[in-house]
Amino acid sequence: MHPEPQNEVSPKTIEQVYQPLTRRTFLKGAAASMVGLAGLTAALKPLLELESGAITLDDLLQKHYRELSADDLKRIMAGIADKTEKEHGVRPAVRDLKPLDGVEFGYALNLTRCIGCRKCAHACLKENNQSRDDANDIEMSYIRVLELDKGAINLETSNVYYDPAKVPQKDKFYMPVQCQQCRQSPCTKVCPVQATWQEKDGLVVVDYNWCIGCRYCMAACPYDARRFNYQKPTITKEAINPNQSYLSNRIRPKGVVEKCTFCLHRTRDGKYPACLEVCPTGARVFGNLRDPNSEINYILNNKRVYVLKEEVGTLPRFYYFFDK
Amino acid sequence: MRDYVTFLWRVWRLSWQGSVKYYAWMSVLTVLVLIGLHAWARQFVDGLQVTGMTNQVSWGAYIANFTFLVGVAAAAVMLVIPAYIYKKEHMHEVVLFGELMAIAVIVMCLLFVTVDLGRPDRFLHMIPPFGVFNFPGSILSWDVIVLNGYLLINLHIASYLLYSRYRQQQPTKKFYIPFVFLSIVWAVSIHTVTAFLYVGLAGRSYWHHPLVPSRFLASAFVAGPALMVLAFQIIRRTTRYWIGDQPIFTLRMLMTVAMIINMFLLGCELFTEFYYPTQHAAAAHYLYFGLHGHSGLVPWIWTAITLDVIGLVLLASPASRQIAGLNLACVACFVGIWIEKGMGLIIPGFVPTPLGQVVEYLPTLNETLVCLGIWAFGALMYSWMLHVAVPIMNGSLRARPELSPSTL
Repeated sequence: MHPEPQNEVSPKTIEQVYQPLTRRTFLKGAAASMVGLAGLTAALKPLLELESGAITLDDLLQKHYRELSADDLKRIMAGIADKTEKEHGVRPAVRDLKPLDGVEFGYALNLTRCIGCRKCAHACLKENNQSRDDANDIEMSYIRVLELDKGAINLETSNVYYDPAKVPQKDKFYMPVQCQQCRQSPCTKVCPVQATWQEKDGLVVVDYNWCIGCRYCMAACPYDARRFNYQKPTITKEAINPNQSYLSNRIRPKGVVEKCTFCLHRTRDGKYPACLEVCPTGARVFGNLRDPNSEINYILNNKRVYVLKEEVGTLPRFYYFFDK
Repeated sequence: MRDYVTFLWRVWRLSWQGSVKYYAWMSVLTVLVLIGLHAWARQFVDGLQVTGMTNQVSWGAYIANFTFLVGVAAAAVMLVIPAYIYKKEHMHEVVLFGELMAIAVIVMCLLFVTVDLGRPDRFLHMIPPFGVFNFPGSILSWDVIVLNGYLLINLHIASYLLYSRYRQQQPTKKFYIPFVFLSIVWAVSIHTVTAFLYVGLAGRSYWHHPLVPSRFLASAFVAGPALMVLAFQIIRRTTRYWIGDQPIFTLRMLMTVAMIINMFLLGCELFTEFYYPTQHAAAAHYLYFGLHGHSGLVPWIWTAITLDVIGLVLLASPASRQIAGLNLACVACFVGIWIEKGMGLIIPGFVPTPLGQVVEYLPTLNETLVCLGIWAFGALMYSWMLHVAVPIMNGSLRARPELSPSTL
């Protein structure tokens, strides 16, 4: 059995609480505080290694991209260019390209033609300044090329690390997957701070200066289309593409999410995305969905079209189609 | 006002007075907290690369612990409901300790979310009016509201009751009873909203499942009381506040029912996944049996299932009528559910990836130290709150020490 209740705390301790502070207890307290402070300093020591300029007051006070005035944005983009020049030795031209009126981008990919050469995945890296250890490191590329067994489109048994001497392999076919620029995008819906949103031309973008790095959008994406900067991006001076824009391929800060923007710094400037230009088989078709005479609309109206994970209800602006 | 300052001063003085054992315990916890802080500072400088997370498995131990602890915090209602709705006198002795536990645990939850952020320096973006709050679209913004709200409600109730007791006054009902009832609904909401974080993601079939919130609540109402049963025994052994066996055995009964429901729901889940396995069962297959030669989670989940079953058998049998048997059941359930909701729920949501890749996850040392630091911080807070609350509860710390404690 347990002892009977004794509802009384050690009277000595409580007595002391009621008495005025003595010199002895004060000194004891001061000594303990010194030890505690020393411990705290030791614990926080790694913070001394923080690069100067890694976090500035300007960064902390910066507003959301959509609330910035034109002047603010200009100043911020100049700051980004300065920083890139200082850290990488290349001064980029950082621009802010707005969506064009009457344009909604769509992308289609011909699964009959794709040979799985991964040139698109590499071109994406070169264009978009992703972090990478060397030229073969395509983990941060916005395009993952799946190797699938013929006979079905079964993602569950797909392989992204395929490495045969020659592609295409006889019993396989290939399916590049990148951001599908969904009309009902789960990623923008879940973002707690609206750091990612759909632009007027349908492109889903990220404000890298607003993202808090919670990675909820990555959990929400059904296409594995988002990448996170687990470290400060590593990229060599020679590899940097100086044609940059605020919402797409500028060098990202550490700790934020990034993704494919259909190369908006090119496509809003009248050019094709880098992945399309490099494709050796012409498997990729890009254009304006609102233009009835565009090639993309021809594909949608005349080919057999497949939408990836249609059952998830994301309504992609990215389509797959077949020749025969 | 002046009384209140005196009160705070006395609380402060009392915090620094205690036995050698108290000092030793608090020092050990402080050292662990500092080790965790050190690991977090390292992570802050180098980025989340110091964790085991990847693009493929983009949430890990931090979010797993967060999810589990939200449940433990919600479980304070297991004391509040019997005490205030069924008017069980014996539960009133302990209900405050449950509320204090909820406060400590919610703070741990908030810390776990914060250390998971890639840009903790931008946390203000989540707080209106400084940020752009994606409400009501993002369930994470709901979670920010319900978690902080729950923290405030419990802070209010606990501090009001303690201060009244200190002043030897009967608490005014209208100042706290409405909040007590609000806290019941709110407790359910914190765990439901946290479940919705996952259930709302249609692209992850392992989570997109209506059973998840019910299982969250059922398992939380086991894990939370399990921790309380153990904590109450520590309180009655180490302090001069008597907690009888009655509240402990009321909790045993509640845990038993919750554990039966939890295991039943687990059975339903297993049947759905494995009787006629579809592609959507790939994550469950990875968890329980491994997939394409990867089986990192298999030992974890079978340990959890074994502990759950041991816990259930002990709880449902006369063995747990003895305090030793009950303690064993509590430890088994607590650890079992911690694994099940952490490694067993969060990680398989990412494996395989939506494109079919299998990338395995294991926390790194640095990540583990951060977790340990936060657990130690929770224990430190709860110990401190008890150290102050117990003398107030038993009347030895009171506004007018010259009056006898029984004037209440």
